[in-house]
Amino acid sequence: MSMKATIRQVDSVTVVDVSGRITLGEGCTQLRELIRDQLSKQNKNLLLNLADVTYIDSSGIGELVSAFTGVSKQGGALKLLNLTKKVHDLLQITKLYTVFDVHEDEAKAIGSFSKSASA
Amino acid sequence: MTPDSSVVEVTLESDLKNVEVAEEITRRVAGTAGFDEDEQQRIEMAVHESMINAIWHGNQNDGSKSVWLQFKIHNDRLEIRVRDQGHGFDPSHIPDPRNDENLLNVSGRGIFLIRTFMDEFRVENLNGTGTEVTMIKRLNSGIPTKQGGTDREHESHNTTS
Repeated sequence: MSMKATIRQVDSVTVVDVSGRITLGEGCTQLRELIRDQLSKQNKNLLLNLADVTYIDSSGIGELVSAFTGVSKQGGALKLLNLTKKVHDLLQITKLYTVFDVHEDEAKAIGSFSKSASA
Repeated sequence: MTPDSSVVEVTLESDLKNVEVAEEITRRVAGTAGFDEDEQQRIEMAVHESMINAIWHGNQNDGSKSVWLQFKIHNDRLEIRVRDQGHGFDPSHIPDPRNDENLLNVSGRGIFLIRTFMDEFRVENLNGTGTEVTMIKRLNSGIPTKQGGTDREHESHNTTS
């Protein structure tokens, strides 16, 4: 199963519900294009809901890093929501858990964007 | 092959679609070898990353090439070999992706994950005909998942004779 993404707008935050595999090839390419597309629409507050991500590899992790730095450079913020145990463990092992702003509650995650903006 | 081991071998076309095939085989073999679900996932991920390296970096995504996999189940360990037809690499030159200066790098985590999830990892260049990666996972080693390799890790590079 390749990656699928559904996009919804909640207040000023673009929530991307990602499912399937974020791996080298199709999954990574889709995620890259999705982020690029959102930035081109000036949607710079992005919340990636990874609850239904079944598999992520080192390339997928790299794609998340690329998305994070790309959005930050545009003056926006990319945050993560609902990590599976697998993704959580990988971010811990690679020391990226402290880099990303990770949330378990969607409402709080969305609220955190306005806090970051006003800080 | 020794009497206390069994072997599974498969040759796959060098195509990213076959990474999932290799994962499926790995899960089944690791289950047969007696690893629990968490360990099966770690071994599967190590094979996934090795397959990506073999197809993408080793065989340069050339569909006319192939990747050979061998799983050897011993009483106390699972030994996995992944062989491509590329020009090899030197794993000792891959920087630690956890260092501050590398943390936001987009690539460079695959070998690190293999080292983390397996007990032994070595790379051998095969006289210019390819590269063979050997990974070993011990049963009931009782050692928690390490990060990025330990003194039990061996790497050989260009071991032609």
